[in-house]
Amino acid sequence: MKLIIAIIKPFKLEEVKSGLSEIGVEGMTVTEVKGFGRQKGHTEIYRGSEYTVDFLPKVKIEIALPDELVAKAVDAIVKAAKTGKIGDGKVFVAPIDEVIRIRTEERGEAAV
Amino acid sequence: MKQRSPHLSRYLKMTGIFMFLALFSTVFAQEAAEAPKYADLAAFSESPGFSLFTVNNVWMMLATGLVFIMHLGFATVESGLTQSKNTVNILFKNTLIPCIGLLTYAICGFNLMYPGVDGGWFAFAGFGVSVADPVANLTDVYNPGYTYWTDFLFQGMFAATAATIVSGAVAERIKLGKFLVFSTLFVAISYPITGYWKWGNGWLNTMDTPFYDFAGSTLVHSVGGWGALAGVLLLGPRLGKFKDGKVFPILGHSMPLATIGVFLLWLGWFGFNGGSVLSADPGLTSLVLMTTCLAAAAGGVGAAFTSWIVLKKPDLSMALNGILAGLVGITAGADQMAAMSASIIGLISGILVVFSVLFFDKLKIDDPVGALSVHLVCGIFGTLAVGIWGNLAGSAQIISQLKGIVSIGIFTFIFAFVVFYVLKLFGGIRVSAEEETEGLDIGEHGAEAYPDFTTAHK
Repeated sequence: MKLIIAIIKPFKLEEVKSGLSEIGVEGMTVTEVKGFGRQKGHTEIYRGSEYTVDFLPKVKIEIALPDELVAKAVDAIVKAAKTGKIGDGKVFVAPIDEVIRIRTEERGEAAV
Repeated sequence: MKQRSPHLSRYLKMTGIFMFLALFSTVFAQEAAEAPKYADLAAFSESPGFSLFTVNNVWMMLATGLVFIMHLGFATVESGLTQSKNTVNILFKNTLIPCIGLLTYAICGFNLMYPGVDGGWFAFAGFGVSVADPVANLTDVYNPGYTYWTDFLFQGMFAATAATIVSGAVAERIKLGKFLVFSTLFVAISYPITGYWKWGNGWLNTMDTPFYDFAGSTLVHSVGGWGALAGVLLLGPRLGKFKDGKVFPILGHSMPLATIGVFLLWLGWFGFNGGSVLSADPGLTSLVLMTTCLAAAAGGVGAAFTSWIVLKKPDLSMALNGILAGLVGITAGADQMAAMSASIIGLISGILVVFSVLFFDKLKIDDPVGALSVHLVCGIFGTLAVGIWGNLAGSAQIISQLKGIVSIGIFTFIFAFVVFYVLKLFGGIRVSAEEETEGLDIGEHGAEAYPDFTTAHK
């Protein structure tokens, strides 16, 4: 079982969700985050004082998957989230030790 | 000289004495036998003057309601231009100040401001407000424009607006309790005394060229501004605002709220200036509403374009401040200006307010909402404008305006400074650094303005 963590541009969320749905992946957790990699921030001005905004809003998606689905899911995410411009984001794949469904207390692949 | 007959001279003497006595007793007779204008209120309601008086009083009561709604305007402007972690605190101050203001005005403010003594510096007509004689107080005998109660309430609404100006400047770092003590003393004592000097027919109004302040550019707005200045000087800037010689902006949390507030204030000014005509006189009220609105419009445009040119981007909060600046600027002479001069006054106020905001930042004076720039700077300018443009323009008037500005400025600033200073001696007037960082909502109120925005409660 793997945990896919994807940081994407916020307006791409619906597209990524649809892309994952098409390959049979339902269920994810989404968080609003801020961050930057190589994308530069911008300057704003408020009542005469300038300030730089370095941290840009992004969305983080977390999905737990059985190993067989990981490659297809990563491809779907990358295809849906890509704009070709700096700041598109990153996908991380990490191993999971255990998964438990709280309602039924199933464990392992049955819980994913 | 031909000698007069002794009878003639005695006759002339008697006639003279008689005439003098007749005149004297006529005067006396008038005072002694003068009947009240109306036997009772019922008689008044059947008199020919009743309808006009009713119309005048209705307009004054409507104006009272409009000035009242300015408190909602202040509450939303201040909330919008400050951080969400302090919103409960801002709203609490803006809720309580009108309440305290009205009550103190009833207790002592009204009678400090209108003691019925001409040309003085200080007089007091006693505690409390009451009507002993209905005909003398609730008919046009009191005033052709309004009753005693209307007079009290309309002026009372003004008093509270002066106190509320201070709350924006000291926002996000002042201790609530100390601020409430200051506000109570400020609105109960300082505001009415300086108000008496002009509107209560005190010394500023009885000079050869009387000081002129139609609706309060000095008496209300710069008074609030001086109080605010005293406060921010003793309080210091917010944490993180000025560092290493640079200015770090602390963003307001809601531009929609700020915008709602400014338009509510503009609406309130229909009563603030319109009601200062003190009757429903169609010519004067319509003139005043025209000058008020043109000045507001010019102020908005002036500030918007000044910020666009000087700061490279059109700044919404500056445009909003500009509207208020124009309104404050016209307030001293709204009934004396033509359309053109009203617009010029508004335009200059709008340009002034932008530079003033930048100026106070340069001096490391932190004013979260621009209260000093809008009310103090433009209040002074608007007062001087009465001597520069309009019907009263002239060097004598400019000198009288300066007398008023300086005397009221000195009194108000010293009063406010002393009060804040004494409060500071007894445990400080500023919250701790931790509380300021966490937000006054938690520190002073144990509450949050937007608790639903945290996911913990779902």
